[in-house]
Amino acid sequence: MKPNKLPIAIGLITVGLFCAPQSSHAEMASDTVLLNTCYSCHGTDGKSAGDMPTIAGKSKKYIADSLKAFRSGKKTSTVMMRIAKGFNDAELNAIASAFSKQMGRK
Amino acid sequence: MTKVTRRTFTAGLGVSAALGSLSLPGKMAFAANGKAAVVIVGGGFGGATAAKYLKRFDSKISVTLVEPSSQFATCPFSNTVIGGINKMDYITHGYQALKAMGVTVVHDLVTHIDGAGKSVKLAKGGSISFDRCIVSPGIDFRWDRIDGLDASTAGTIPHAWKAGPQTVLLRNQLAAMANGGTFIISPPPNPFRCPPGPGERISLVANYFKKHKPKSKIVVLDPKKKFSKQGLFKEGWAKLYPGMIDYHNIDNDGVVRRVDVKAKKLITDFGDYKGDVINFIPAQMAGKIAQSSGLTDSTGWCPVNQMTFESRLVQGVHVIGDASMASPMPKSGFAASTQAKVCAAAVSNLLKGQTPGTPKFVNTCYSLVSEDYGISVAMVYGFDKGKITKIKGSGGLSPSGADAQFRSKEANYARGWYESISRDIWG
Repeated sequence: MKPNKLPIAIGLITVGLFCAPQSSHAEMASDTVLLNTCYSCHGTDGKSAGDMPTIAGKSKKYIADSLKAFRSGKKTSTVMMRIAKGFNDAELNAIASAFSKQMGRK
Repeated sequence: MTKVTRRTFTAGLGVSAALGSLSLPGKMAFAANGKAAVVIVGGGFGGATAAKYLKRFDSKISVTLVEPSSQFATCPFSNTVIGGINKMDYITHGYQALKAMGVTVVHDLVTHIDGAGKSVKLAKGGSISFDRCIVSPGIDFRWDRIDGLDASTAGTIPHAWKAGPQTVLLRNQLAAMANGGTFIISPPPNPFRCPPGPGERISLVANYFKKHKPKSKIVVLDPKKKFSKQGLFKEGWAKLYPGMIDYHNIDNDGVVRRVDVKAKKLITDFGDYKGDVINFIPAQMAGKIAQSSGLTDSTGWCPVNQMTFESRLVQGVHVIGDASMASPMPKSGFAASTQAKVCAAAVSNLLKGQTPGTPKFVNTCYSLVSEDYGISVAMVYGFDKGKITKIKGSGGLSPSGADAQFRSKEANYARGWYESISRDIWG
């Protein structure tokens, strides 16, 4: 278990509370449901079978920064700019955190 | 989150849910001994994904997949076979990986789904009982909507909108056509499977003609006003296939009233269109088993709870993929697969007496205009007030006027997507 787990969790909760008044949406989708949306292009458990990059095992910071940069347009892409805009900070952080731990899964 | 953590977490929830739901003994009986049974009808993008992900969520669930074919040919990328780029083996997948995960694969046809009796009847005899059933029946054709065609004429005038022998037939007809011949394609009215599919088919046939039969023409008779990715397709056609494609929409005599199979003619209000090869894609409805098991309403499609995909007409039976009414999601293989994952999670929750979690979906439809010219449309979906909703600001089309490098990248990603999703489902 990573020692920094608790601060991440607090971070997510804070973001969640901050976002709450802006949206009437129900609770956030689970990590599993969020990750599953990525596999159709980036491969099961983030291990790509083709030209899309493999995400599994990349650092949490790299994944979160990339996703946020795609969303803001700082990082250009073909389709990820369009897809990243469908996720809020809490969701992108959860995805980044979960993918960074995917390496060991068979 | 690692596998161990999730399992532990899920198991913990299962126990508390079981304790909290003692008032529902019937529902919880199997959850306690871990032998809940799910029958999945159809082994395409929806069904095969549901089978795999149910096992991933809870390996103790007994999962039986009933699919007539021992191998499945996908509609996505079937246009590359029709256009002579790939062979059938590229788009054909088996069920070995699912079997290795513990899914029982039965190669038979389900003839009836009995929601009240909780069992499916098989064509070869016998039945299989279930606690919950997931149906991913795909589409069937409304032959009654077109004069002159029926299932038997598909051997002469293929639809090629279910991949397999029909794909090969259309490919062979195009390969046998003389240089200078005319190919006529008539796309279906809305709603139908794979909205950008006809545009891609037109493109890849044009790509084949350009290389091998440059004097040939393509006539499109489309009963709709506009079609998916129209601007991007037309931009690509003007660039790659100038003068080859004659497109008629509803305002320009695009509605076919009758087909003369013998004379190979499509008859519209204002003329006769004779083709050397004709591809008529009929109007569509949910697959036959959904019709005969009471899962469809008067529209011919299946109304569902958009959070769990449980049928609004038959309790305990879930419908995913093209057959389900999952608007605003399109009827695509990608959508079917992303719905299957959400549905499998919900079914796994419901079998344990848990409340299903909030869904989230993504869909990206890639189309090839040529081998190195790809375009896409994407959308991210959430769930709000009981309905699937588009996430505002997300998704959309590839940019118009993009350079060759951008189009080439998207063509590579189209292949990358296909390879990843087919391995995610059948690999």
